[in-house]
Amino acid sequence: MKITEQEVRRVAELANLALSDEEIARMALDLDGILSHIDKLNELDTANVEPMAQVLYDAEETATLREDRERPPLTNADALANAPASGAGYFKVPKVIER
Amino acid sequence: MSLAAYTIDSIRSDLLAKKFSAAELARDALAYAEAENPKTNAYLTFAPERALAAARAVDAKIAKGEDPGPLAGVPIAVKDVIVTRGLRTTCGSKLLANYIPPYDATAVIRLEQAGGVILGKTNCDEFAMGSSNENSAFGPVRNPVALDRVPGGSSGGSAAVIAQGTAVVSLGSDTGGSIRQPAAFCGVTGVTPTYGRVSRYGLTAFASSLDHIGPFGRTTRDAARLLQVIAGRDQMDSTSAFAPVPDYNAALDGNVRGIKIGLPREYFEGLASETGDHVMAAVDVLKKLGCETREIQLPHTPYAVACYYIIATAEASANLARYDGVRYTMRASSAGTLSDMYRLTREEGFGAECKRRIMLGTYVLSAGYYDAYYLKAQKVRTLVARDFANAFEQVDAIVAPVSPFPAFKIGEKVDDPISMYLSDIYTITGDLAGIPCMSVPCGRTREGLPVGLQILTRHFNETLMFRVADAYEKASTQ
Repeated sequence: MKITEQEVRRVAELANLALSDEEIARMALDLDGILSHIDKLNELDTANVEPMAQVLYDAEETATLREDRERPPLTNADALANAPASGAGYFKVPKVIER
Repeated sequence: MSLAAYTIDSIRSDLLAKKFSAAELARDALAYAEAENPKTNAYLTFAPERALAAARAVDAKIAKGEDPGPLAGVPIAVKDVIVTRGLRTTCGSKLLANYIPPYDATAVIRLEQAGGVILGKTNCDEFAMGSSNENSAFGPVRNPVALDRVPGGSSGGSAAVIAQGTAVVSLGSDTGGSIRQPAAFCGVTGVTPTYGRVSRYGLTAFASSLDHIGPFGRTTRDAARLLQVIAGRDQMDSTSAFAPVPDYNAALDGNVRGIKIGLPREYFEGLASETGDHVMAAVDVLKKLGCETREIQLPHTPYAVACYYIIATAEASANLARYDGVRYTMRASSAGTLSDMYRLTREEGFGAECKRRIMLGTYVLSAGYYDAYYLKAQKVRTLVARDFANAFEQVDAIVAPVSPFPAFKIGEKVDDPISMYLSDIYTITGDLAGIPCMSVPCGRTREGLPVGLQILTRHFNETLMFRVADAYEKASTQ
């Protein structure tokens, strides 16, 4: 096995996913299969290969920055329009700190 | 009324000849699309008010003798991962089932400024993750050519509406083949432009180093015309390219004499036999038109799927972190604390494929694995891109299959993620290299299933790609 159920649980924590036990078991199998296929990359010697971090980048370093000028932002009402819970101009979330 | 007989040019001349008004066309097109949609589930949302307002604006311009724009009155569908102001945009996800964006994507603004009429938003795999359109929270799309089969994915709805005659052109997005593969499966034309050719402002991010917006149409000419309108630098997307946009259709003169075409050996191994036969028959047509063909090698092709599923999932795990139940998604009702709210919202909201990719992406980026996976994949990506650069020293264009097989049955591969991923092998490479590539219909199997011909060229050489596609299209439909 490339990945254990315990590791899957740890990754689910990192990813903020509350996976069920069934999902954990299935995920371990799926990820194991995919990671085994991915092992194929180790056949290639890449010691002297540069990583491709940019796809196309032939512009000057600052050429992609737009002019820094004020413009109207989203209104407060527009920004909150899709929120599942809001009030007094803010997003509302469950209590973070217990008193 | 089916739109199958209309092109961008025919609509323009009919409007100017007063055969019908843009508003009449929009009303007829909407009525037909709404009546036909239950067969395929290709549209998720219709936009009658927006469509009629846009159509009336075109009619007003024509009445005043003004130029109504290059897409005047053209009924267009937009994939539901591209945001539209005031028009529900779901990304195929339960998380965004009721999301009404407060802004328009740049591509949407540009096509409406050009006189285009958006009829509605099309179904897709959730957050564009899938190759069959079976990963939509709103049900699969059925292939209009064979209703028991998938339309391909992830832009399945945008391909299906063209084949079904419920739009003239459409917008899709491509990260690993999500435009070309559904175009091939549905028998229409689909274009993945050069990386950066079209602004992604307003495209819901999946894998930012791979995401593209691109057009679908029934003909190369229509797809090229739509690309013409949406391409070009946009200051809202710092990755959009400054390169000027040439007049694509002016170059479609049918002359491909002397163009050197490479056939990558690695793409012709393991093909379904009928797929291979149709692609080779298309190559023969190109030879008769005066193209020179030769075998080439793209030796790192067998590593592309592994490379892609590291890079794409790593970037997706970061991009999808924003769906947390606070600002614009649904929220799990049962959560008592903030951290439970994040975890339960994401658990309830994401479908199985998104979870799988978020998990894989989180794993390959997690402490201790970055070099072994993400960095390794970026290096292999360099090798894949170098393969193409070397090939383009010998040839002007590359011709290949799009998919190893035609459209498969709904449900056939849904439980086997690896075989689903491997079916993208011939399309993933173009995305990794960032080069333009497209799918053109090249015949049907004995069962009547469409086969796609893929054409790839150098960065920013869409013009040559379109010229080859258009010449083939004309020669094969005569």
